[in-house]
Amino acid sequence: MKEEIVIAGFGGQGVLSMGKILAYAGLMDNLEVTWMPSYGPEQRGGTANVTVILSDAPISSPVLDSYDTAVVLNQQSLDKFESKVKPGGTLIYDPSGIHRLPARTDITVVPVDAMTAAIELKNSKTYNMVLLGALLAKRPVVDIDAVVRGLRKTLPERHHHLIPLNEEALRKGMTLVG
Amino acid sequence: MEEVRLMKGNEAIAHAAIRYGCDGYFGYPITPQSEVLETLAELKPWETTGMVVLQAESELAAINMVLGGAATGKAVMTSSSSPGVSLKQEGISYLAASELPALIVNVMRGGPGLGTIQPSQGDYFQATKGGGHGDYHLIVLSPATVQEMTDFVGLGFDLAFKYRTPAMILADGVVGQMMEKVVLPEQRPRRTDEEVRRQCPWAACGRGGRDHRNVVTSLELDSAKMEVNNHRFQETYRRIEENEVRYQEYFTDDAEYLIVAFGSVARICLKAIEDARAAGIKIGLLRPITLWPFPSRRIAELAPRMRGILTVELNAGQMVEDVRLAAPGVDVFHFGRMGGMVPNPVEVLDALKQHFTELQ
Amino acid sequence: MTKEEIIRPENKVYSRPELLTDNYTHYCPGCSHGVVHKIIAELIAEMGLTDITIGIAPVGCAVFAYNYIDVDWIEAPHGRAPALATAASRLNPDRMVFTYQGDGDLAAIGTAETIHAANRGENITIVFINNAIYGMTGGQMAPTTLLGMKTATTPYGRRADLNGYPLPISNILATLDGTCYVTRQAVHTAAAVRKAKSAIKKAFENTLAKRGTSVVEIVSTCNSGWKMTPAQSNEWMVEHMFEKYPLGDLKTQKDPSL
Repeated sequence: MKEEIVIAGFGGQGVLSMGKILAYAGLMDNLEVTWMPSYGPEQRGGTANVTVILSDAPISSPVLDSYDTAVVLNQQSLDKFESKVKPGGTLIYDPSGIHRLPARTDITVVPVDAMTAAIELKNSKTYNMVLLGALLAKRPVVDIDAVVRGLRKTLPERHHHLIPLNEEALRKGMTLVG
Repeated sequence: MEEVRLMKGNEAIAHAAIRYGCDGYFGYPITPQSEVLETLAELKPWETTGMVVLQAESELAAINMVLGGAATGKAVMTSSSSPGVSLKQEGISYLAASELPALIVNVMRGGPGLGTIQPSQGDYFQATKGGGHGDYHLIVLSPATVQEMTDFVGLGFDLAFKYRTPAMILADGVVGQMMEKVVLPEQRPRRTDEEVRRQCPWAACGRGGRDHRNVVTSLELDSAKMEVNNHRFQETYRRIEENEVRYQEYFTDDAEYLIVAFGSVARICLKAIEDARAAGIKIGLLRPITLWPFPSRRIAELAPRMRGILTVELNAGQMVEDVRLAAPGVDVFHFGRMGGMVPNPVEVLDALKQHFTELQ
Repeated sequence: MTKEEIIRPENKVYSRPELLTDNYTHYCPGCSHGVVHKIIAELIAEMGLTDITIGIAPVGCAVFAYNYIDVDWIEAPHGRAPALATAASRLNPDRMVFTYQGDGDLAAIGTAETIHAANRGENITIVFINNAIYGMTGGQMAPTTLLGMKTATTPYGRRADLNGYPLPISNILATLDGTCYVTRQAVHTAAAVRKAKSAIKKAFENTLAKRGTSVVEIVSTCNSGWKMTPAQSNEWMVEHMFEKYPLGDLKTQKDPSL
């Protein structure tokens, strides 16, 4: 098993932390993982992206030119990464803020209205967890339990009361995709 | 049971330093390595192992703190990124000339000048050819994984103390910023003062009953004596060249072409090679782990079996010069990206095919 | 009275400090460095600090201080002594660490290291020899060179419009919260030598008691650089240097509210 994933959007949308949670879940499932962020000023408002690779064998390159799955959260990221999804791969996107829809037909394209779901959960910060749920519904590369265990591991103790809400968001995200 | 953690290369450096029993870290913030100092500050080792952590007023001050600490026999280190490492060259030259062990970490970014904060390997010349003034070398370790970022802290300190010379971990922004699984070493106790005195009888740490004073200096105005010192430094470098060359090979047994690459780029090349082999192209990879001493001998052994060699670097062509010296008579080409651009595996293969047209 | 009757322990009024080595110093006759070295060597022995002292030597005339005082020394790059001292002291908190620096070393190339070590309140003593000139390199202008003073690089006299003003660095250091003791002394008379010695003693005591950074400036002569006889230099120093650099304590303790 090897899954090469890119997550891209605006800084502040939780792109890097979504990748991190995924990577931790991989760790919990005893997979090899790499998490390679774009870094620098773009974290502070510009576009940010992170490449996460999960594999049951050692990972060579942490830098890729094509991906099994792309999660794109704004138009720039869609424009940049749509062509880089491997044929047969998966493109998950948030339609809010997207004016030019994905055009590829050789990949599975999945719109996820994560912001509406997050607002229904009364916490916009659950946005990236809804998306992660949707991703895992389409590409079950790690177990939801592993994600929750990963959260427990990465979140500081004082934020552990938020774990049930995050789990709810994950499960809600899973229901948003067919 | 060994504990597997997920962390950035820069964070791993901090954890590894504490676990090694490092006595002191002196640094100054600069992207993309600031997590080293931040992580140390978060972990507060001064409350556990007694390790000193200090944010200096400049890189210049930081390396001179390293010089002062190393002169007392302590295991001390600093970290920075390219522009900051340029500032540190003064102290590094003095460390080498004073025959002091120390560890310097450079998480390289693109230059020259302020350049970019994105990854680079543009400091290869600076790191491997001395860097500061005078005739000296550093032991230069090139990590390709977060695990190696961890392991090379201990290795770097051990080699530095073994040969009484500064060692450098020359990482790039990719290895510094990426997260991977890592197994941290066991916590080692810091050496006691008695152990420091025993291990470093040369240390200027206060006479402590010694019948003579110790002086740590790089100054010798008597040219005849200074030349003796220079010869002694060079003898140390020859011993290091003889004993400490480290490298890793992949698929070199049946390879017809060889890629030489270091750090994160070696991993990108490995993926390119895996893809090429699937298409029947036999490429091998040699990854120097010590950039100095350079694995020239091994490259010289492999070269005659190759139709050609490509070096892939995040620079305009630096290590390629050492590869050419090691492989006379063999076509050696260079493919590089600069400005913080990192090639992907497809670009690497394209470059190979461009230079060796029979592969097209 | 015979020679043998005179040379007896009970008649002895002076002996060379045990910690001054047998090496001939390279200092010019009349230079203040020799006197300050002697004071420091005496104090280290008298205070019982021989085994715990680490000296940091500068670049400048005192670069070879390590040849003359028989304690452990580290030779610093130009201006960086306070950075070396910071680490030596923090990593060896039970040692007595002092730097010995000239005006170019401390107040020009090493200004940042000096100010920040003092501002952090490092538990070190800084002995600062201010002779208003670069002696080692042949008498060039120093940051502390007086206006009008002729040096190799101000052959027509220091001009404020060209070279800026003499830098009273100790006054600056006295304003920092990290310093516990800043004083300005001289060694041109026997009385001054005694006062300078008690000042350095107080500084060493502060360092041992971890009270913060102590700075002892010694307004000094450089008769070679100034192109005068030693006696003339002392007179010139009293007449001109003390006006810009008046002797006395600039600060005797840390702000008690800190």
